[in-house]
Amino acid sequence: MKKILIVDDEPNIVMSLEYTFKKNNYEVFIARDGQEALDILKTNYPDVIILDVMMPMVDGYATLEQIRKDPNLQHTKVMFLSAKNKESDIEKGMSLGADVYMTKPFSIKKVVEQVEELLS
Amino acid sequence: MNSISLLVILSGYLAVLFYIAYWAEKKGNSKWTNNPYIYTFSLAVYCTAWTYYGSIGVAADSGLSYLPIYLGPIIIAPSWILILKKIIRISRVNKISSIADFISLRYGNSRFLGAIVTIICLTGIIPYIALQLKAIAETFHVVTKTEIRSFIFDDTTTYVAIALALFASYYGTRYVDASEKRKGIVTAVALESVLKLVFFVIIGVYVTFFVFDGFDDIYQKASLLEHFKEKNSIGGLPQAINWFLLCVLSMFAIFLLPRQFQVGVIENNRENHINTAVWLFPLYLLLFNIFVYPIAWGGNILFEGQEVNSDAYSLLIPQLFNNKTLTVLVFLGGFSAAISMIVVSSIGLSTMVTNNILIPYNLLGKLKSDESISSKSILNSRKIGIFSLIILSYFIYRFFGLDYNLVSIGMVAFVIISQLAPAFFGALFWRRGSRLGAIYSIIVGFIVCIYTLLVPYAIGITNSESTFISDGFMGYELLKPFQLFGLDYLQPVPHALFWSMLFNCVTYFAVSVSFKGNYRERNYAEMFVDINKYITNHENAFIWKGTAYRNDIEKVLIRFLGIERTKRAMNIFNVKYNVDINQELADARLIKFSENLLTGHIGTASARILISSVVKEEKITLPEVLKILEESKENIIINKKLTETSNELKEITAKLQNANISLMAKDKQKDEFLDTVTHELRTPITAIRAASEILHDDDEIPDELKKQFLQNIISESDRLNRLIDKILDLEKFETGKQTIHPAKNNLVETIEKSIEPLQQLIKNKNISIYIESKSKVNAYYDEDRIFQVITNLVSNAIKFCPENEGLITIQIVDKENFIQTSVIDNGKGINSNDFEAIFDKFYQSTNQNIKKPVGSGLGLAICKQIIEHHKGKIWVEPSIKGACIVFTLPKNKNTENS
Repeated sequence: MKKILIVDDEPNIVMSLEYTFKKNNYEVFIARDGQEALDILKTNYPDVIILDVMMPMVDGYATLEQIRKDPNLQHTKVMFLSAKNKESDIEKGMSLGADVYMTKPFSIKKVVEQVEELLS
Repeated sequence: MNSISLLVILSGYLAVLFYIAYWAEKKGNSKWTNNPYIYTFSLAVYCTAWTYYGSIGVAADSGLSYLPIYLGPIIIAPSWILILKKIIRISRVNKISSIADFISLRYGNSRFLGAIVTIICLTGIIPYIALQLKAIAETFHVVTKTEIRSFIFDDTTTYVAIALALFASYYGTRYVDASEKRKGIVTAVALESVLKLVFFVIIGVYVTFFVFDGFDDIYQKASLLEHFKEKNSIGGLPQAINWFLLCVLSMFAIFLLPRQFQVGVIENNRENHINTAVWLFPLYLLLFNIFVYPIAWGGNILFEGQEVNSDAYSLLIPQLFNNKTLTVLVFLGGFSAAISMIVVSSIGLSTMVTNNILIPYNLLGKLKSDESISSKSILNSRKIGIFSLIILSYFIYRFFGLDYNLVSIGMVAFVIISQLAPAFFGALFWRRGSRLGAIYSIIVGFIVCIYTLLVPYAIGITNSESTFISDGFMGYELLKPFQLFGLDYLQPVPHALFWSMLFNCVTYFAVSVSFKGNYRERNYAEMFVDINKYITNHENAFIWKGTAYRNDIEKVLIRFLGIERTKRAMNIFNVKYNVDINQELADARLIKFSENLLTGHIGTASARILISSVVKEEKITLPEVLKILEESKENIIINKKLTETSNELKEITAKLQNANISLMAKDKQKDEFLDTVTHELRTPITAIRAASEILHDDDEIPDELKKQFLQNIISESDRLNRLIDKILDLEKFETGKQTIHPAKNNLVETIEKSIEPLQQLIKNKNISIYIESKSKVNAYYDEDRIFQVITNLVSNAIKFCPENEGLITIQIVDKENFIQTSVIDNGKGINSNDFEAIFDKFYQSTNQNIKKPVGSGLGLAICKQIIEHHKGKIWVEPSIKGACIVFTLPKNKNTENS
């Protein structure tokens, strides 16, 4: 079973994502901000991480920077999923080592497809 | 040690000094010779053999009274930044080469005044130089354990004096222009100052820590001696007045002594060297004085009951313990102190004698005729002057014996020199001070000084049986020289200072006020007092009327400066004032410029005499001078106005730039605002879209989840709607489209009403909420809007309160003109950096992390708008725990509140 970590502070968005990925046979971990995500990643190594950018405390960019520093997580696939859709935002995300950057609002179907593609 | 070996050491030491002077002269303006430390240490020429040996003698015989001579300069040193700087500027601009030049120029270029000042200086300083020679001679005999030979050419010290005279006359007269810097001499003097301090500290350390066991040991042993207590207390009020007068005396001395004027003013290379001297020189004096006391009392202990000269303790102590090296070192230190003083003083005095007496009174040959006087004869007269001054002093020492100790003769010199103080300081600050005032004040002061000090001392020296001191002049009780007019609690020196200064000052003021000076005096008064105005183009300030030909003036200049220097100088003048080369007539500026060129060579008075001999001057009346000065002042005022206008322009430009910057900042804010708004709008849309997609595509979804998703869609839609409302609200306030409808309301009631809908939330989190207020507080506001503010503030408070322990307090205080409401919680509080920023819309913390705004991010921004539309204020009050937000509302319709 593939593992996915969803990091977002909007509970209603998380709920939809969680439902969908569970249905597609993923083991789902949830974090409400960057710090929680990093705590989870100390003991769990998911195959893919979905990261929001604007979060309280530690934001998505900083979280990704921490993730890439961990040798165990260097090859973990990371997808940004953010309402920040300016080109400069996307560029920043990709340059920090994300594998894909999707903007909100999103089609859940496309998100799942994208994740499957990352893992294939 | 025998005389021959000490002489060899002395010659070696002198050779080193010669070499240093030679080297420094060659180096010219390098950083080794032109720096604030050389300047400061050269000022330490103040510390003569009198300091070196005499202070110890005084400390040993009469205790603390050696101190005021050092306290005065230490106290006055900070004022150098103002006063000394001013003196230096005036002297530089006018090419002044001595204190006699300085005073005589200020009082209308008076030949007579220059001569008087010179005579005063000679009277004071020659015995003082004699004293230094005496110190050298006596210590020489102490070190070599020989007796003074009665035949003068048998005595080795005679030859030392001659060597000194040669050294000083050679190095002191390298340039004809006496206002030139003598780098060689100054560097040698600075080096000697360092050496004398080092040697003095060495002997101090030796006595304190090697002969005795530290300061405590000396103190304990000394306190057992006779008279210890009375010697080491200041005494009562009369004694304090003595101290005060002695401090004043030494304050005068540090400005007026010819050698101090020489090193402090004439030899000053840069004004900002003073900034270092201001702290380093007092420090130097303090260091010098640390060991005076231990050496003095160490000597008293060691030589108790013996007849020894306490002035020589610093030599006798190492000799007692057979420490030859140390004895010689101390001797060299004292020698340094003495020769610095001798050399610098004799240079200053000989310049004065030549420039202020010999040349202006035609004693060197006719000034006005063509051939008789030349640069060479001036130089020679200065050389001979220095040489003969030193030799004369030596003879005075030999034939008058000078039986007083070092200190008393030094003090007499100080009092004599102090007679210049009123005229000198008046020159700097008082425009009305006149030539007659200066002349009479100096003469009167000097006469008092002769009566109260010189005559009694002369009687002392000649040991005559006169009753002058004990009974007064012709037996009049009131005319006793040491208790003039019955003033009986001052010691002779402070007593003489007091009376001479009193008469001197009164004469100066009275005569100056009664007799107006002529136009020339008034002209120079202006230039001296307001030197900062004229510093760059001082020739402009000189007022002169008449006919003069450039040719004639140039001829005079060539006589003293030579063809080449004259041409160069004229070139500089033409460029500076944009004067046509072919112009035949000279103007006031050229007259002043030429006088300056000559001043360094022959002194101010002679320069003036010389120039006026080739020009035809018309008399100007005093009112005319005043009028011209007034006009030049007006010019200055116009200039000032121009500068002000240009400053205003600069300010306006700066304002425009700022406005531009703030416009750009506003643009950027607007962009950021749009960014944040779109982000905030997209978030609920994302949630709605995701939930809808699932409901649309997924048929197997369980009923319960289906309901949950639908519920999410509803609440996110509401959120979206609220957000849109708030954005519009804020937009309306900011653009001024929103109006409020204030009326008189009971604020307590409004607050209760606003809390009501939040009660469920409060209960859920188990929070306590209190309103601290009277039951009725009326204020003038729009109730719907304030309802909104309170809801917002209380919702925030609820959000941040800890569960179960939450506490919210709302305080309403009547502050006379307005009502102040505070909403206080016990949550995590607000970072003090963010106190202002939290009222910005979509406030994001200043740190780099992109923090998500709490709530919509618009609530507090709207609150601020609402309160400000009520002409109130809203702010965060610092608090130890939790947050405290305060806002004010007006009490009545028309009251502003703050």
